[in-house]
Amino acid sequence: MKPLPLEVRDLRTTLFTRRGEMKAVDGLSLTVGPGETVAIVGESGCGKSLSALSIMRLLPDPPARIVGGQVKLNGRDIVPLPEETMLGIRGKEIGMIFQDPISSLNPVATVEKQIVEVLMTHTELGRGQARVRAHELLELVGMPDAARRLDAYPHQLSGGMCQRVVIAMAIACSPSVLIADEPTTALDVTVQAQVLALLKKLQADAGMAMIFITHDLGVVAETADRVVVMYAGRKVEEASVDDLFDNPLHPYTVGLIGATPTPGAERAERLADIPGMVPPLNALPQGCAFAPRCKRVMDRCLAERPALTAPGPGRLVACFAAEGS
Amino acid sequence: MAGELVSPTPALRGSARRAAALKLLRRRLIQAVPLMLGVVVINFCLIQMAPGSFLELMTAENQVSDPATVALLRKTYGLDDPVWMQLLKYIWALLHFDFGFSYRQNMPVIQAIWIHLPATILLMVSSIALAVTIGVAAGVVASMKVRTFWDSLVSVAAMFFYAAPSFWLGIMLIVLFSVKLGWLPVGGMMKIGGNGGVLEILHHLILPTLALGLFYAAIYARVMRSSMLEVAQLDFVRTARAKGLSRNQVTIHHVLRNALLPVVTILGVQMGTVLAGSVVIESVFSWPGVGSLLFDSVSSRNYPVVLGIMVLGSLVVIAANIAVDLIYMWLDPRIEIR
Repeated sequence: MKPLPLEVRDLRTTLFTRRGEMKAVDGLSLTVGPGETVAIVGESGCGKSLSALSIMRLLPDPPARIVGGQVKLNGRDIVPLPEETMLGIRGKEIGMIFQDPISSLNPVATVEKQIVEVLMTHTELGRGQARVRAHELLELVGMPDAARRLDAYPHQLSGGMCQRVVIAMAIACSPSVLIADEPTTALDVTVQAQVLALLKKLQADAGMAMIFITHDLGVVAETADRVVVMYAGRKVEEASVDDLFDNPLHPYTVGLIGATPTPGAERAERLADIPGMVPPLNALPQGCAFAPRCKRVMDRCLAERPALTAPGPGRLVACFAAEGS
Repeated sequence: MAGELVSPTPALRGSARRAAALKLLRRRLIQAVPLMLGVVVINFCLIQMAPGSFLELMTAENQVSDPATVALLRKTYGLDDPVWMQLLKYIWALLHFDFGFSYRQNMPVIQAIWIHLPATILLMVSSIALAVTIGVAAGVVASMKVRTFWDSLVSVAAMFFYAAPSFWLGIMLIVLFSVKLGWLPVGGMMKIGGNGGVLEILHHLILPTLALGLFYAAIYARVMRSSMLEVAQLDFVRTARAKGLSRNQVTIHHVLRNALLPVVTILGVQMGTVLAGSVVIESVFSWPGVGSLLFDSVSSRNYPVVLGIMVLGSLVVIAANIAVDLIYMWLDPRIEIR
């Protein structure tokens, strides 16, 4: 059997700071099949982005370091690999798209130079061939007037066009896994839809596995096959996108969905927010990290940390209240 | 694919950027005119406020005491006119490239400066080249080896050369390399009776260049280090690493060019102080440049020469700043004409 494009098992990433060790990613496991999109959702600071950077092995070290677990890329565990080997993997087998497209591009290099660079790093193409390929890639990502944009600098392009350039660089070497870290958050709504459609199309054409990190549940509903909900560095729920929206089990997931505005809802109806804040990672409560904000909190939640259980096929949840009901 | 909700900006191609550079050049040259006028007026007034006049020293040195002769000389040099009239006459003369006459060298001021100018330009250019090369290289090394022995070494060296007064540094260099080791000449630009060959001049150039340039190298090293560290935090560096580029590739192709911008900025600002610094260094090393001439002219109250050097010095600084603007534009495509 062909190994899955991406299989993360019990990934643990710790921030070593002066104020103590913080478990930013605490035992994350997930798998992504070919052509599948897995969304990771959660509030700011829940460990979404650090999970992605851990998978890329691009953590800022110090302070962050992977302290345990496996990241299997096409069957090979990349966590113990030396940096030199990672250079040949990043950009080739695994691509990444970032949140702010304009600042993600080098302001003093042309679009062409930045795309050609990734091609010349990972392929045998000469400079001339790489230029031709860069042009093809820009057309592929739907850059309007692609031939002329090759000579442009990032500041001459709009945010949406910059994101297309970033996407072109990420898929230039046809990676088997694409990580998109809030790729539409910084864009106008109309452009968001275009970029999402583009990502979906590219993924379907190439059969890429995609991790989609976002805090926008509307985007999740539109793009993801499966959803992983993270809270304070841990996975608290995992389900297919339909199950998650139809029947969220974890009180945190319920809160997130309740806090999302729905079109057509009564204007007078106030959005339900989740009271309180994400606890600081160096001061996590002894029991469930969500317990201080949870509406269904029980005595047990304060004393004991719930483990992930499988209430149904393809579903995981870490909550005593959800187990009981 | 539907276009974005932004009117497409045409990409500036090579020829368009050249045109933009020419536009900048023209604009800066026009701006230089009132600037120069201001420089002339202010310097002229400052000299007027200085005690005495060159005439007093001149007559004293030549032991002229006859009032009629003095009066004739005053009239010849136009010192009887009101100050504003003298100023207007001076500006009018400047427009004809007439900087006045230097009685001491017995030649027009412009000629006296012209003779000394190449030596100063040579010293300035070599010092700046040294400062930029060493400063940038040291800053890059320090930033790549941050918080290691090499970083500390660069910091300590930078602190030392920044704190050391250039005349003292010059004398120490002479003591070490000329007196103790005997490797390099004590001063001057060529050997007595030398033919002024390129190697001979370069040999004499080493110590003054070090004495003048190391101070600026220290500044650039510090600025470059912090600028490199700052740019290394930016998002596009992470993107470059996500492409699979090695740390060295990222540093050279992505961080370095962005980090150079602040160095270029302070380079432009410091052009004037480099010129001022060369006055001191030229005196220490008997370097036959404009600085030596200025020093000599101030002590002999040879005010026409002093004024001429100030005006021409300002011209050099303005020209250097225009050059820096153009370099800046070449380095950073975001710079548009303002």
